[in-house]
Amino acid sequence: MFGISIARITAVFLKELIQMRRDRLTFGMIIGIPVIQLVLFGFAINSDPKHLPAALNVQDPSVYSRTLVRALENSGYFRIDHIISNEREAESLLAEGRVAFVVTVPPEFSRELARGDRPQILIEADASDPSAAANAIAAISQLPATVFNRDFTGALAPLRGTPPPFEVVVHRRYNPEGVSAFNVVPGLIGVILTMTMVLITALAVTREVERGTMENLLAMPLQPFEVMAGKILPYIFVGYIQVTVVIVAALLLFGVPMLGSYFDLSVALAAFIAANLAVGFTISTVASNQLQAMQMTFFFFLPSILLSGFMFPFRGMPDWAQWIGEVLPNTHFMRIVRGVMLKGNTLPQMFDDLWPLLAFMLAMMAIALMRYRRTLD
Amino acid sequence: MSEALAIDVRDLTKSFGTRKVVDNFSIQVPRGQVWGFLGPNGSGKTTTIRMLCGLLVPDSGSGTCLGYDILRESAAIKRNVGYMTQKFSFYEDLSIRENLDFVARIYDVKDRRKVVDQAIEQLGLVRRQQQLAGTLSGGWKQRLALAACILHRPRLLLLDEPTAGVDPQARRDFWDEIHQLAAQGLTVLVSTHYMDEAERCDRIVYLAYGTVLARGTVAQVIGESGLHTWIVEGEDVRALAADMHNVPGIDQVSVFGVTLHVSGKDAAALERAIAPFRTRAGFKWQKATPSLEDVFIHLMAPFREQTS
Ligand SMILES: Nc1ncnc2c1ncn2[C@@H]1O[C@H](COP(=O)(O)OP(=O)(O)OP(=O)(O)O)[C@@H](O)[C@H]1O
Ligand SMILES: [Mg+2]
Repeated sequence: MFGISIARITAVFLKELIQMRRDRLTFGMIIGIPVIQLVLFGFAINSDPKHLPAALNVQDPSVYSRTLVRALENSGYFRIDHIISNEREAESLLAEGRVAFVVTVPPEFSRELARGDRPQILIEADASDPSAAANAIAAISQLPATVFNRDFTGALAPLRGTPPPFEVVVHRRYNPEGVSAFNVVPGLIGVILTMTMVLITALAVTREVERGTMENLLAMPLQPFEVMAGKILPYIFVGYIQVTVVIVAALLLFGVPMLGSYFDLSVALAAFIAANLAVGFTISTVASNQLQAMQMTFFFFLPSILLSGFMFPFRGMPDWAQWIGEVLPNTHFMRIVRGVMLKGNTLPQMFDDLWPLLAFMLAMMAIALMRYRRTLD
Repeated sequence: MSEALAIDVRDLTKSFGTRKVVDNFSIQVPRGQVWGFLGPNGSGKTTTIRMLCGLLVPDSGSGTCLGYDILRESAAIKRNVGYMTQKFSFYEDLSIRENLDFVARIYDVKDRRKVVDQAIEQLGLVRRQQQLAGTLSGGWKQRLALAACILHRPRLLLLDEPTAGVDPQARRDFWDEIHQLAAQGLTVLVSTHYMDEAERCDRIVYLAYGTVLARGTVAQVIGESGLHTWIVEGEDVRALAADMHNVPGIDQVSVFGVTLHVSGKDAAALERAIAPFRTRAGFKWQKATPSLEDVFIHLMAPFREQTS
């Protein structure tokens, strides 16, 4: 981009700020929407996802661990994606959200089992989304009674029956009490931002067309990037205000923990907000009036709320829905927020979700700039 | 700033859908002149002006504004042109000062604060500078828009009906200022429907249905129209006008209070046609140069018949 002028960006920026301040309705929306949605969605939406990715941390390879894998998969709730053998790896898989469960078979498991010492199998569940984990945990609890019956032959036959030959210990990680609000409220940040950020920019540009000020704007020596930057920047601040509202409410009303750092969160936020603003800007290059802009915003908003893992546990969705979900910024942002707030994740751990967010943002900005009208044709 | 022609465009053509709105439009406007742009509603004035400042891309044709190519150098044109849109297109939810400030920032005007202060003072809006532009009356909006588009000292002004809805005093002030600016080398192309304004222009261009029908100084346009006019004064000119309707040789009759303009293309035929009416008592007949308005209405006559 050649000859970008900070002065011109500032001009647009200040103008937008003033207009935003004067537009009471929009301003009300900025504060009102988070509050209303927080109340509405404070309730959890339950579901019963299957085939959740899980890791088996085998510290004692034996016939039993193989039987366990089969049994877990047969339950329908688990899909063993990783067979690992150390705690560190298990920890990071769980923290990055690549698995929902880690099943640990401790060392000496088969020996203790044979001795009748009732060894323990540890299940660590990512309970930050409690509804997603609940049924799977229930299914696991059924296992001990019968799972190894066919393996217990000969001298081991007496181990069949009661009491079960081993115990299952479940650790709900990140949200030990399984409070749904812990899952919903951080997710709400993404939903609220998606809705308001996209809408605000979409309207801010379309309004110029509708009110006829676009002709003047186009007649001025303004470059598309300058218009976009000037119009997007004020709303990044708005986004931060909204997030502050939601987080304060999350902490005070719902007692949601904030284990990670606010700085890490705000880095991801900047990318997420910019991505949404770029979507809004793109919409405004297509819509010819504010009503159309509104409709298109909802067209984008619906998958962002339904397919991002906010409404339904992401892994419970059919594949095609997950593919769409993976493209949406809200999906990745939701994982990042939950990770930061509930798991205390840091920037490196967010990387898997941060880059798709950035990629989406850049792609959307490029589309917006390409589509931005330079003439009245 | 050495180019002699501020606007030099040839064969600009623009269609919307299948309708040709501007057809092979060419003008050469020398620097420092004030040109009037006239024509009935929908004749393509706004469309032409938009092509000149890069807001619309012509379907064909080419040319330069201030020496910059209108197709390739629209960024440079925009920096040096002041374009006043026909419809008020500043921000109604910004105050007068905020609007001017916005424009000044966009054009990177030096001494921004001082320039804006001056503009407000010149407008006579010092005490109302915090008022929202949307709450101004129509005429004041026009004056604000004009002030905003000369803020950055453009070298070419494209004004699209800048005085529509402006009172006579303000219009006179406006034209005085236009001529002052022109004296300093500014070129102005101004579209208008007012004949008195047309008469204050160095040259006029008359557009109808996208084609230039007449151009030149006012005297030239009137002379070249070949129109001959008689002015009739009397008590009941209205009745006389009604009788003269559809008389061969008389092309156009219009009433102006107690006077009547009777015009025709052919001087001899006109004289023969009016002869029977001249015998009526109570009317004073006088041969006169047609007014610009007579000429324009005459120019439009063939089109009126076509479309009706
Ligand atoms: N964007 C557009 N799409 C389709 N038609 C258009 C568009 N802009 C203008 N027109 C048509 O082009 C013709 C010329 O319009 P234009 O605005 O240039 O006329 P004008 O001479 O400025 O008229 P007025 O004196 O009423 O301002 C009109 O018939 C108008 O309907
Ligand atoms: Mg017009």
